[in-house]
Amino acid sequence: MILRLAWREFRLIVLSPLAWLLMAASQLVTAWWFLLLVEQYRTRYEPVVVQVNSPMGVNDLVVLPFFGSVLLLAMLLLGAALMAMRLLAEERRSGGIQLLFAAPLRMTELVLGRYLAGLGFLLLLALPWLVMPLSLELGTVVDRGRLLSSGLGLVLLAALFAAIAMYASSLSAQPTVAALVTVVIGLMLLGVDAGARFMGDYPDAVLAWFSALNHYEPLVQGVVSTSNIAYFLLLSAGFLVFSVRRLDALRMQV
Amino acid sequence: MTDQMLLDASGLGRWFGDRRAVSDVDLQVRRGDVLGLLGLNGAGKTTTVRMLCGTLAPSAGRIRIDGLDLLDQPVLARARLGYLPEVPPVHPETTVEEYLRYAALVRRMPRRAIAAAVARVLERCDLGAVRRRLIRNLSKGFRQRVGIAQAIVHAPALIVLDEPTAGLDPHQVSGIRALIAELRRDHAVLFSSHILSEVQALCDRVTILHHGRQIYSGSPQGEPNTNRVLVRFRSSPSPQMLVSIPGVESVERYGEQGFVLTLMLDTALDAVLRQAVEHGWGLLELSPVRPTLEQIFLELTTGKEAAA
Repeated sequence: MILRLAWREFRLIVLSPLAWLLMAASQLVTAWWFLLLVEQYRTRYEPVVVQVNSPMGVNDLVVLPFFGSVLLLAMLLLGAALMAMRLLAEERRSGGIQLLFAAPLRMTELVLGRYLAGLGFLLLLALPWLVMPLSLELGTVVDRGRLLSSGLGLVLLAALFAAIAMYASSLSAQPTVAALVTVVIGLMLLGVDAGARFMGDYPDAVLAWFSALNHYEPLVQGVVSTSNIAYFLLLSAGFLVFSVRRLDALRMQV
Repeated sequence: MTDQMLLDASGLGRWFGDRRAVSDVDLQVRRGDVLGLLGLNGAGKTTTVRMLCGTLAPSAGRIRIDGLDLLDQPVLARARLGYLPEVPPVHPETTVEEYLRYAALVRRMPRRAIAAAVARVLERCDLGAVRRRLIRNLSKGFRQRVGIAQAIVHAPALIVLDEPTAGLDPHQVSGIRALIAELRRDHAVLFSSHILSEVQALCDRVTILHHGRQIYSGSPQGEPNTNRVLVRFRSSPSPQMLVSIPGVESVERYGEQGFVLTLMLDTALDAVLRQAVEHGWGLLELSPVRPTLEQIFLELTTGKEAAA
């Protein structure tokens, strides 16, 4: 049931013009950023690297900054915001949700079905970002292991963002509010650590643990640890549980 | 099979905070029955309907659909239910066919059965011509039809329609009514309305809600009033002659040749007939006067208003 719901929703998302617009825009922006990094490496870093005989190469100076860039995170968050608008909020506003509320569905099935559809879209959005660094293989050697680890990081980040979008979508019947809530929660999770740094009582162990960047960056650097994976899975599951509870309450208005 | 109880709700009540929206409502619908839920706007019709369809938890009472408790076995009970809310829950950006497939999917129909079910319901609701159109581009009447189609695509035991004809033109209204009349053959139907003529035309039984309470439940024709009879003659006598018959208390003209007689004695009707034969008035019609639904409704609602 969950997979049937997910597949149907995913098809609808992929058929919508807005999704294609976002994918095109994201591709344009990230490709430009990637090109800039490659160009910068060629003209500025390469001579220096050769001169000092440094072990650094494209993997550290192009691929790492590419996956670590705010641009990618912003695009992913934008995709999540778009998902928040349509996963539930739109249907709640139009009254279409009544069909689902009266149907013989468990809210867990509905949430997981929609979540997987949203996650599927975010992964589709992120797929070209993994392919672009591979194109460097035309001229040099790319560290496939690190690329894979970065890919895992992106998948986990997408899983978290999709869960946030799902929860935000269950909070409000206004699509724009749902999108805004997604962006706010997403930015908070990404930057909670940086905020603490400004407050002066850094390092704060709790806030540092909650920061998504602290768990994403090691993955981009090629460090795959269970604690980082667990962070993403735990938080995603948490937001999904909140969504189910929220929908159960909405359904019966208890 | 025929008088199987498909909806059995008893003691339904719902409070919103301190405000009582509905209390002590009992509803029973059997297969082949059409029950009308009648009431002024704000009488609690939609609240009641939503409780029956499991989109609002009742504060009190019990609901069984086809013998299954809606709160204890929600998935099984809901699968036997088709619901059309006040606003059809359609997705404007999908085609009619695609949407109906989705409606069948969320009702847990097996994948293989869906195509046949959708084809059947398209034909039944006369939607074949618009099956590939986007719902956004359809007229209100067609959207309402799509709404009914999604409610019956999984062949539920009970169909609940919330104000199915609201906002439609007379032609569309008659189309929807014909559809409801046809649905009763295989399903139990409950629909809410504030239009008296509609309830009278379609329902076997009617329940009237007023201020959240059930104030009438019975036939839409009302119980025949044995004291009042309608008579019609070919050559009308004068009212004076009728009123002079022993046992006739009063006479009112009714139409061209008819009179409504209020009788005091059981023997009065015999006397009227004897006079008619003797004088050769030529009896055309003799029938008990039934109160119309409108009379019942107005009497009950205005009476309660005064009492409250």
